[in-house]
Amino acid sequence: MSDAVPATSDLLAVFAVSVAPELARTLDLGGYRWKSISSPTEASEHEPAEGWAGVIVDATDDSTSAWAFIRSLRKNSTAGASTRLLALISGAQITDLELRDELFDDFCLVPFHPAEFEARVRHLLWRTGAEPQQDMVEYRELSLNVATYQASIAGRPLDLTYMEYELLKFLSQNPGKVFTREMLLNRVWGYEYYGGARTVDVHVRRLRAKLGEEYASMIETVRSVGYRFGQTRWS
Amino acid sequence: MTELQDQQRDYIMRSVEERGVRLVRLWFTDILGNLKSFAISPAELENALDDGMTFDGSSIDGFSRIQEADVLAIPDPNTFELLPWGDPKTPEARIFCDINNLDGTPFHGDSRQVLKRHVQSAHAQGLNFYVAPDIEFFYFAAPEPGARPVPLDEASYFDLTTNDVTGTLRKQTIRTLEAMGIPVEYSFHEDAPSQQEIDLRHTDAVSMADGVMTFRLIVREIAAAQGVHATFMPKPLEGVQGSGMHTHMSLFRGDGNEFFADDDDYNLSPTAKSFMAGLLRHAAEITAITNQTINSYKRLVPGFEAPIHVSWARNNRSGLIRVPIAKRGNPTATRVEYRSPDPACNPYLAFALLLAAGMKGVAEGYELPAEADANLFEIDDEVLAKLQIARLPQSLAEALRAMEESELVQEALGEHIFEWFLRNKWREWEAYKTHVSDFEINRYLRAL
Repeated sequence: MSDAVPATSDLLAVFAVSVAPELARTLDLGGYRWKSISSPTEASEHEPAEGWAGVIVDATDDSTSAWAFIRSLRKNSTAGASTRLLALISGAQITDLELRDELFDDFCLVPFHPAEFEARVRHLLWRTGAEPQQDMVEYRELSLNVATYQASIAGRPLDLTYMEYELLKFLSQNPGKVFTREMLLNRVWGYEYYGGARTVDVHVRRLRAKLGEEYASMIETVRSVGYRFGQTRWS
Repeated sequence: MTELQDQQRDYIMRSVEERGVRLVRLWFTDILGNLKSFAISPAELENALDDGMTFDGSSIDGFSRIQEADVLAIPDPNTFELLPWGDPKTPEARIFCDINNLDGTPFHGDSRQVLKRHVQSAHAQGLNFYVAPDIEFFYFAAPEPGARPVPLDEASYFDLTTNDVTGTLRKQTIRTLEAMGIPVEYSFHEDAPSQQEIDLRHTDAVSMADGVMTFRLIVREIAAAQGVHATFMPKPLEGVQGSGMHTHMSLFRGDGNEFFADDDDYNLSPTAKSFMAGLLRHAAEITAITNQTINSYKRLVPGFEAPIHVSWARNNRSGLIRVPIAKRGNPTATRVEYRSPDPACNPYLAFALLLAAGMKGVAEGYELPAEADANLFEIDDEVLAKLQIARLPQSLAEALRAMEESELVQEALGEHIFEWFLRNKWREWEAYKTHVSDFEINRYLRAL
């Protein structure tokens, strides 16, 4: 984080024919913001002003267009050759890596172990300062100071219990994403908690109560799926 | 100490610092369900979270005997909350405590740990016990000592009145409850003058018992600030409905409601049925705990929507257990409603015994008797006897006698609380027996 590199956005680009569910879930669970792209044009259209935090390229479905995309990115991206890039390849594609060392920073074999993949993404972003952990989490009127554990809504301090705070932090770090109760239980409470997935409902209800009528709808119930914080990504 | 506990402790210490908390109130509950508290300064809090706070328990009903007066209050970091009343410039916080002996073993007079023990034993079978009470209470003008209570309004069930003082109080109360993380499901003006009902949303039993303790304090505090007296006395006014605490219960295994069955006429699973059978079979034994005052039994009389018979039904409010019909056949909403408890009980002990009685039924596979769907208030005793429908205890003395005989209650509460409670309540009964009431004077003084 302290390295003297230019600031980048915290948005990852994910290039794939279609983003594999396992990949999407691992990124979501890791708390990363990401955008799916399918062509070099799209990549430059959607690139944030500060450049991509990193790029993940899934080469398993169509390796030819994947490498073409990478080459084009290296030439045309705002940050030029410095964009950090992780290639996802199948075991049979290892030979594809030969003589392409300048094109990628790291690679990961598919199917991947989520923990390994996440560790690689974390390492990829290490020097760019785009790690998902930041001191302040802000979303509209809500702000959370991760360093001091304080939360406020429209300037009014929120008095939360520890678990309520952790749940709100997790949700607000991932606005627009839908989480199942199991995912939330898993990520926020950890496996040792025995209350069951209904614990999540109980805490969401309490959080809404504390946010107050005006802001209770920040945490939306997605029927028969789970919960979403804030707007959907696409709206 | 686990990583989670470390983080929680850190969270509390930072909150205290950032919010400038001046005083931390350590809360716990005596055997009769009275909230007790002592305050410590933030400087002592870290130490309290690590090692607990020693205090002299001998002054507290049902706590230590003289020779072993000191006990330890162990704060439960999950329950740390800022109190949303008082001067915002000098904020105060509360935290619920478990009470331990100095050697670290649970103190036998601690009702919170009694409930925890039962919740954990259900959990050892993969079950989570959820509870949602509907709490009724009255608002009165601040009473003169010895005077009869005066209702604040004459509104009745669901009424909207223009000058509804009690409505304003209720709204403030609900805001405060929500700010303290006690979500409200419904609230309305009840049948009787000045009577209110607030229904809480289900949560795990320990949190809910903590919630009921907080609820009673909030209701009283907010009323007192307006010069109004709020009471949870079960039957403050003769001739109108009393205050109950109908308790909705369900058992969940993960996301699945163990009480629900698709293929049953009542949508009740075998677990639900034997749980209900357990409640019914042990109802008389646990009544001294769910209805612990002399006055409680003046609520449990015919004609006022309070149960008097040990029976169950789907939509009959005269029975002890009601099985509410779930909206849209929603499996997660399937639950049983136990209707005798009143809001003057110790919620930790009441929930513990409801769970113990229900789980006994499940463990032994008790058979659920047939539904009693007639209005039992209108059936005479002979027919009831034929249907084998018993009555709930008619007085505190009857309830205490049933409790004394109960192995289930003795085991569930532990020797210390069991004996202390009986001793204390028999004394109350003896004191009541010597009282000569208005009823007797009016009826006998001139006539005899």
